[in-house]
Amino acid sequence: MKLIFGRPAGLTEVNQRYCPGCGHGIVHRLIAELLVELDIRERAVGIAPVGCAVFADEYFNCDMIQPPHGRGPAVATGIKRARPDCILFSYQGDGDLAAIGTAETVHAAARNENITVIFINNAIYGMTGGQLAPTTLPGMRSTTSVQGRDTGKQGYPIKVCELLAGLDGPYYLERCALDTPKNIIRTKKVLKTAFQNQINNKGFSLVEILSMCPTGWGMTPVQSKKWISEVMSKYYPLGEFRNRAKEEK
Amino acid sequence: MVEKRLMYGNHALVEGIIYAGCRFFAGYPITPQNEVPEYMSIRMNEEGGVFLQTESEIAAINMLFGAGAAGVRATTSSSSPGISLMQEGISYIAGADIPVLIINVVRGGPGLGNIAPAQSDYYQATRGGGHGDYFTITLAPNSVQELFEFPRLAFELAEKYRNPALILADGLLGQMMEPVEFTFEPIDPKTLPEKNYALTGCKGRERRVVRSYDLRSGKLEELNWKRYKKYQEIIKNEQRYEVINDNDADLMIVAYGTCARVAAATMKMARDKGLKVGLLRPITLWPFPKDKLAELGARINNFLVVEMNCGQMIDDVRAATRFRPQIHFHGRPGGGVPNPPEVLKKIEEILGGAQ
Ligand SMILES: Cc1ncc(C[n+]2csc(CCOP(=O)(O)OP(=O)(O)O)c2C)c(N)n1
Ligand code: SF4
Ligand SMILES: [Mg+2]
Repeated sequence: MKLIFGRPAGLTEVNQRYCPGCGHGIVHRLIAELLVELDIRERAVGIAPVGCAVFADEYFNCDMIQPPHGRGPAVATGIKRARPDCILFSYQGDGDLAAIGTAETVHAAARNENITVIFINNAIYGMTGGQLAPTTLPGMRSTTSVQGRDTGKQGYPIKVCELLAGLDGPYYLERCALDTPKNIIRTKKVLKTAFQNQINNKGFSLVEILSMCPTGWGMTPVQSKKWISEVMSKYYPLGEFRNRAKEEK
Repeated sequence: MVEKRLMYGNHALVEGIIYAGCRFFAGYPITPQNEVPEYMSIRMNEEGGVFLQTESEIAAINMLFGAGAAGVRATTSSSSPGISLMQEGISYIAGADIPVLIINVVRGGPGLGNIAPAQSDYYQATRGGGHGDYFTITLAPNSVQELFEFPRLAFELAEKYRNPALILADGLLGQMMEPVEFTFEPIDPKTLPEKNYALTGCKGRERRVVRSYDLRSGKLEELNWKRYKKYQEIIKNEQRYEVINDNDADLMIVAYGTCARVAAATMKMARDKGLKVGLLRPITLWPFPKDKLAELGARINNFLVVEMNCGQMIDDVRAATRFRPQIHFHGRPGGGVPNPPEVLKKIEEILGGAQ
């Protein structure tokens, strides 16, 4: 019998504790496959966030560290500068990356730090029970905006790729989504480029991924995907925001 | 013969860090320690080390977390407000048992305070400082020579016990010029042993995880007890101090850092007047030299604690001497520095009254 689908060697045997239909597990798998395909698993050091993916330090089959909420890019910088041969990936949610860790994100990008940041934008604080995130859409409900995000009182979402594209520093910025098989395949390709940039010492790559949080959104997994296609990706357009490889040609 | 050079305290500190084999520095500017990152940026460049001027002290301490977890010697330097910002990171580092070196050139507080020398961060330094049950090994130099020597000592202790270490200095020491003896050969970082926890990529071994959390039932309690045992070991083995003139003393001054220099000058003036004054200078503030103080407290009746704050270390002196002797206090908070005549006056009041 030929095995056609199994657990990639980039993942441990530990069972993941994500909700049904959650995007985190899909992205974990894509990263794990790339750790093997790019032959970097044994050079990799992963950074687990504070958020639903905090247990990523148990899931990825490589060296891992779990820093304070939002400080992933700073910790990754410390490791990368101390051990330039390691391949660093900082895996972060929207609260982690675009609220409490905004400064670390922006400055790692401005330094063009040679790391790979994987940004799971689910427009909500999943782990703490569905509160307003810096990426919660105008009018979108959360447990701290039960009537929907009121931009008059709670301001506007942060579009991370657009924000970072205003800097000269970052090498590669792209937003993708997990709503369709086609977009998942695209996400893997983008993640691959982001890792390859680091392998080739090009600098800072950030991949923003629009990701389902059925629990936080109060939707079924199927509705969640549809919502990304029909609503979320309209507010957060997919595509490349910076690719210096193309400018260099 | 050992090489001797006249140096500024802040420069001696930087050389001491380089001599200790540290090639990683991250920090954010703040007075009164700006000469440290400035001179460090030049030295790290010369040594092929890493120098990072960060966006904040939060970033700096987290870069240290990363570098320390990657198994290299890593240092940050700051002053009081910056050290406050680092506390969350220090707590994580302590919770992950990672050795790093943090330097606090203490200034007047609270808040923005001022830039004058102070010792008002004693509680913060010796009680952990951030959240959770932990301590940082804390060294208090009182000379330019010790500013040069203590980074190496701090790294050795930090690595031996896998715990963050702190050097508590003040602006006066940093600005002072004194001869420094280069008492040891510079350590080549390549000769330092590999750490069995270091994140280096898992080639040829099991993967490693560095973290401070454990949500499995009962596990975190277990980990805290394990760390508690480590702290008991440190308390047992590493109390350091300097003691002068205790044999015939009617009064012992207890002071560290700049205050210990003031105290030493005061002691000399007092002795010239026939007053039997001794000095105990804690070198480790945590672990506090409580065993020596217990012994002194059993036979000497008067203690004068001199601090540049409203009275913080005095609590440790009281506890260590088991509240038996009279414990007096002379303090100058908010950037005030005590001078020998005012300390001598206090001694004369105490001993005059006692006689
Ligand atoms: C300093 C600090 N503040 C707050 C928290 C609580 N906290 C844990 S996870 C989280 C939000 C996580 O949201 P996000 O980054 O979007 O990740 P998600 O769970 O949605 O994947 C918060 C606020 C914390 N652990 N530390
Ligand atoms: S709360 Fe949301 S982000 Fe967290 S595991 Fe559940 S679906 Fe995933
Ligand atoms: Mg989120």
